[in-house]
This record gives sequence, structure tokens and C-alpha cells, in this order.
Amino acid sequence: MFIRWSAAIAAAVLLSSPALLQGASAADKPTDPQIAHIAYTAGVIDINAAKQALKKAKSKDVKAFAEDMVRDHEAVNQQALALVKKLNITPEDNDTSRALSKQASDKLAELEKLSGAAFDKAYVANEVAYHKAVNGALETQLIPSASNAELKSLLQTGLKIFQGHEQHAEHVAAELK
Amino acid sequence: MNPGRLPSIALAVVLLSVVVPARAATIEITMENLVISPAEMSAKVGDTIEWINKDVFAHTATAKNGDFDVNLPPKKSATFVLKKPGMVDYYCRYHPNMKASLKVEP
Repeated sequence: MFIRWSAAIAAAVLLSSPALLQGASAADKPTDPQIAHIAYTAGVIDINAAKQALKKAKSKDVKAFAEDMVRDHEAVNQQALALVKKLNITPEDNDTSRALSKQASDKLAELEKLSGAAFDKAYVANEVAYHKAVNGALETQLIPSASNAELKSLLQTGLKIFQGHEQHAEHVAAELK
Repeated sequence: MNPGRLPSIALAVVLLSVVVPARAATIEITMENLVISPAEMSAKVGDTIEWINKDVFAHTATAKNGDFDVNLPPKKSATFVLKKPGMVDYYCRYHPNMKASLKVEP
């Protein structure tokens, strides 16, 4: 299971780097400390992407979208930190988190080279794909695998808000065309 | 208390409720888990709407017709006094899937 969904996230997020899938963990399904780490990492990735967009984006709509991403993902991550502290869980690094981080830094580097409308388009397209991938992973793997009820509930709230982001990103992408 | 005064107090209470029109009410509407509830609410001009944001996310109550745009920081509430009658659809600017409506009677 774990291998499959790691692969699904990695494949969907990067679309182009099957080599990254090799590192997937052998565990059957992610543990709560791993889920917490993956969810937090996924949030940090989107915040970093948004911060880059706030510096580089040209379109007002793209900037506003990036501001929404920073605000919402920081709120979810603060909540996640408070929860792991309360539950006395130490988030555990894992291959999925590492693959996500690697892909994200490659993407940041790729987008860094673009500017103006080309940047806006590439950033928003990646946001659509990224939220789609993360939402798919949340829905089919992370939420069902979470054993702690509060962690599960936080992931469900996250899914709901990120589905909104996905729609918002699709809307912005359509406007840019 | 002098029992003889009770009837007059009772009378005063009855009269007051007849003479003074219903006092403007405060209506609480909750935003929780990205849902506005109740999603449909009736109120009167002069009533105060109090939106209570129970989420860790910032929300807004933004009228489509521009009547109001109330900011609701995480875990905070804010109010707006209704000034005009009519049907008002509103939503959260940050999370446009959050929608609700107010029926404001004169």
C-alpha cells in the first residue's frame, strides 16, 4: 500500500521523474508519525511555492491565490504542530516526505528561471496538479491510514480546504488562458 | 416586595411589550469546518448579525451585492448591523465554497 500511494503522489506531483519512486518505504501503510510528517511537509512545500510566487508573479489573481495558500497552509500546519504536541507524537521523516521535498525543490528551481506570464502559468498549473495529487493521497491513503481520531479529523479538514484550493487554482488557470 | 405592586409591574411589562416594538436582535451565525450555519437565516433591518469563526482559517462574510464585507480572523467573531431589507447572498472571499444567505425583512 505504502509503496503504491507514495508512487501515486510522487508520480502525480512530478509527472516526469519515475526515478524518485525507488525510495518508497517497504511498510504496508504509513504510521501516524509518518502521516503527520507527510502532511506537514506537503504544507511547507505549498507555502514555499507561494512565497516564490509572491515575489515573482505578475497577475493580481495569481498573487491573491498565493496569499491564500500561505494563509491557509500555515494555519493547517500550526494546527498540526499543536496536535502532534498534544498527542506526544514525533513526526517521522520517511521516503515519501523526502521524495516530495526533492521534487518540490526541483520545481522551485525550474520556476525560478521563468518570469512574467510564463511564471504565472507554470506556477498555477503546478498548483492544480499538486493539490490534485495531495488531495488524492489524503482521500485514498492518508485519511484511511490515520489511526488517531484527531489526526484523522485534521486531515479531513485539510482535505476540504485543499479541495477548495484545487478549484480556485483551476479557476485562476482558466482565467490566465 | 409589596404584593400590591405586582399587578402594576405586570401591567407595565405587558404594556411595554405592546408599545415598544420588538427590540433589535443579535443573530449568531457560525463558521466551522468551512461551513456557514445556518446557511439561510431571516432577520430584520436593525438586527445585528454576529458571525463566529470557529476555524483556524481566516474567513470573510462578503455580500455579493456589496452590502457588507466583514473580516473574520481565525477564532474570532465580528458583527454587522443590517441596514437594508432584501435577500442577500454572501460568501467567504478566501473559501468561495462557503455560501449562505440572509433574508432581511423591513
